[in-house]
Amino acid sequence: MDEMFKPSRRSFLRGSAAVAVGSAAGAAAAEGPDPLIADLQDWASYTGVGVDETPYGMPISFESHVVRRNVEWLTASPISSINFTPIHALDGTITPQGCAFERHHSGAIELSKQDYRLMINGLVDKPLVFTYDDIERLPRENHVYFCECAANTGMEWAGAQLNGAQFTHGMIHNMEYTGVPLRTLLSEAGADTSSDKWVYVEGADASSNGRSIPMEKALDDVLVAFKANGEALRMEHGYPVRLVVPGWEGNMWVKWLRRIEVTDMAVESREETSKYTDVYENGMARKWTWVMDAKSVITSPSPQMPIKHGPGQMVISGLAWSGHGQITRVDVSKDGGITWETARLGKQGDTKALTRFYLDTQWDGKPMLLQARAIDDTGYVQPTKGQLRERRGENSVYHNNCIQTWYVDAEGNAENVEVS
Amino acid sequence: MSKSPNIFIPALGGTALIIGLAYGIASRDYGAGKIEILETRVQQVEAQASVASEKASAESERAAELEQMIAEVQAAAAERVSSEADLTTPAPRTGGSYGIGRAAHSEEIAVWDVDVLPNGRGLPVGSGNAFDGEEIFADKCASCHGDFAEGVDNWPVLAGGFDTLADEDPVKTVGSYWPYLSTAYDYIYRSMPFGEAGTLTPDETYAIVAYILYSNDLIDDEFDLSQANLGSFEMHNKDGFVVDDRPEQEYAKWREEPCMENCKEEVHVTMRSVFLVETPPESGSNSVMNHASAEGLPSFTSEGPSFIPVAVAKPTKQDEANAAPAVQETETEDEGVDLIAAGKKVFRKCQACHKVGDGAKNASGPQLNGLVGRTMGSTDDFKYSGVFLAAMEEGRVWDEAALAEFLAKPKSYMKGTKMAFSGLKKEADITAVTEYLKSFGE
Ligand code: HEC
Ligand code: HEC
Repeated sequence: MDEMFKPSRRSFLRGSAAVAVGSAAGAAAAEGPDPLIADLQDWASYTGVGVDETPYGMPISFESHVVRRNVEWLTASPISSINFTPIHALDGTITPQGCAFERHHSGAIELSKQDYRLMINGLVDKPLVFTYDDIERLPRENHVYFCECAANTGMEWAGAQLNGAQFTHGMIHNMEYTGVPLRTLLSEAGADTSSDKWVYVEGADASSNGRSIPMEKALDDVLVAFKANGEALRMEHGYPVRLVVPGWEGNMWVKWLRRIEVTDMAVESREETSKYTDVYENGMARKWTWVMDAKSVITSPSPQMPIKHGPGQMVISGLAWSGHGQITRVDVSKDGGITWETARLGKQGDTKALTRFYLDTQWDGKPMLLQARAIDDTGYVQPTKGQLRERRGENSVYHNNCIQTWYVDAEGNAENVEVS
Repeated sequence: MSKSPNIFIPALGGTALIIGLAYGIASRDYGAGKIEILETRVQQVEAQASVASEKASAESERAAELEQMIAEVQAAAAERVSSEADLTTPAPRTGGSYGIGRAAHSEEIAVWDVDVLPNGRGLPVGSGNAFDGEEIFADKCASCHGDFAEGVDNWPVLAGGFDTLADEDPVKTVGSYWPYLSTAYDYIYRSMPFGEAGTLTPDETYAIVAYILYSNDLIDDEFDLSQANLGSFEMHNKDGFVVDDRPEQEYAKWREEPCMENCKEEVHVTMRSVFLVETPPESGSNSVMNHASAEGLPSFTSEGPSFIPVAVAKPTKQDEANAAPAVQETETEDEGVDLIAAGKKVFRKCQACHKVGDGAKNASGPQLNGLVGRTMGSTDDFKYSGVFLAAMEEGRVWDEAALAEFLAKPKSYMKGTKMAFSGLKKEADITAVTEYLKSFGE
């Protein structure tokens, strides 16, 4: 970037001073004219950056802190690890690919379209191999879906652990996928699609991450996807082709999809026995817990998004989703669940996709215990942590969809807490 | 603008026209719009056909074909209108075939289709026992999973943990938790060792699985595990799983219309966040213990908070406040840059075990900062094998030649090394990774 187009340090200081005044007293009540308005600013006089300066654009430098982040001590190595979407700093519902969380079992691999092969075999009339180009020749669909890791909010089983919506609820993203229905590929191969059959899927990476999907789901809404939010998938999300299993836990969304096998029983792979099974208090475990139940979280205010403007008009904003269908309603409480108000949905929720909610409200400057509670079109009401623990104990690791509480103090700072 | 001939003007005019048309269509009543679109299409096809039939007075065959097409389009249009399908009807569900994809060769299927089912179906012919498995495990697995499969640092524990599943912190291992032995064979054969997956033979895998059973006291060291008995081996926790019972246990109960007012008498904070999480501007996070107690916080009733605590110093640095514009450093053009970049890719083969760069710590292998010129086996606090300790005693130093030889064949250059890595086959990879490692000083 040319020096000329950067705001000078002086104007930067002037600017921030003005902002400080503005936030203390409200822009309208500023004493005297605001220099940001009264003075000629560099950016209003010199020209800006030309086209093609960044052939593929990145967010402006002021937003460079809005990135996915990991918590190093959670895992042994970043190659078999997870990071978190900065949901606290986003709005609307679509997650930009560049900040959508990553979870790898053997690292993200670089697999080109030319080197990509997809095999379909097992109980089929014609075992087939597809190239990437083959897949693009089949009828495709567009759908927005959320992808949530089964372990999202998993640390919180044991109590309030990590201070930030990014870290408690950031193993989720929501994208518009373009892909071919899995049923089309099954039909190409002449698969036995009777209801007692399974579809086993695996990836091309070293972990292979195999999962078994019952035939009913495979024929329903599963997509073999190659685009997200209009562009090619990112390496870390399975370029060039990944599976999209709407409403079901993220581990099943096999990345770098390389093989689809029709079988007569579940494979009981490591990812569906050792992991992604939920241990009850008595030591028994649940398996095949695929659906992600209805859940919500307030993204602002939240620990990384304190209220900076003082008392008065404000927006409480958050996300809600359900693996069973649409979100029909979200309630918000400011007093830890004594009183609830129904929030406004940013737009009618899509099925198995993130829904944004807003509560436009007044803050009296007193402490709050903020909570949100989602209801989906099956009538299911998001449970409290107490309800979940009563059923499952604290050792489940996965599928924690409890109501989250943020304590907001009189300064507007928020903290992750648990309440009676 | 109007004075200069502008190449955009015709293009913009065209776009405006299209947008105008699109708007016209979109703003009409939806159903009516749809019928109109279809009618227009039919008209278009008809027009096309009449032009064609004029031309083709001689070619009556072609005309017949076009008429057939018209009939098809009209039928499709009629069907669409009558079935009230909207224009976003999902991709057609075919029972038939598009004829895309080619037949898979049986050799290809044999290579990729290696999954093993719970009853042992899919197991290759082979066998092994714990006695042989111990050695292979020590060589290829113990650096992360421990000599006795007990796990090193944060790496997975594979043995023990029996009767802990109902404890506060259950220890879920192959022995204590896994319901099927097929899973161990399947996973190890395809996904381990971490960083060199897919290199084990069936016999090695049987031997390793036998060793893991042995470490869990489930068999003795002479037990021969093979394709004949693996599928029927009964695991300790085989009855420990129930199929998802949320529909009966939870959904049925959690569908009641929820309370909106006076839902509780009083609410108080029972626990505050264990960690405060600092978020440095560039990336990552630092967790810091939160020493604040729940006692200083108000309780809540329908009247609001019981009191307003006096503000104390802010617990965390908020990332927004730190959001300084990032300084972009442009890389200087340099001959070495390409090689270093290539080396960085090669290093992916090493990064499961080695760290390099600022603040790199020992992992399952020693950190590799300032490697060239460094005495072999000399990083602090790393437990080297005997051969490395001996090299250190002798004062041998890593130079490029020694490194090249070691990386080509670790086990023959350093007999008895515990680096479970078979070596880099390509010389270019060795040169590149060496260059990459040289770019990190002490
Ligand atoms: C460089 C370190 C490393 C080495 C060497 C290694 N592993 Fe692993 N192992 C891992 C990691 C990391 C995981 C977890 C991977 C994930 O996140 O999916 C794992 C997982 C496992 C698991 C599953 C554990 C569970 O509870 O689900 C088994 C079994 C296993 N390894 C066996 C082996 C065997 C056998 C070998 C030797 C042939 C081996 N590993 C070599 C790092 C290693
Ligand atoms: C599976 C884990 C693993 C992998 C993969 C691996 N290493 Fe190692 N490496 C080790 C261990 C363990 C040691 C210590 C050897 C010993 O004590 O015998 C080691 C030692 C070394 C040393 C000697 C360091 C010293 O302090 O003297 C070098 C150099 C080295 N490795 C380079 C590499 C490179 C380069 C790669 C990738 C091309 C690689 N290693 C891949 C585990 C690994």
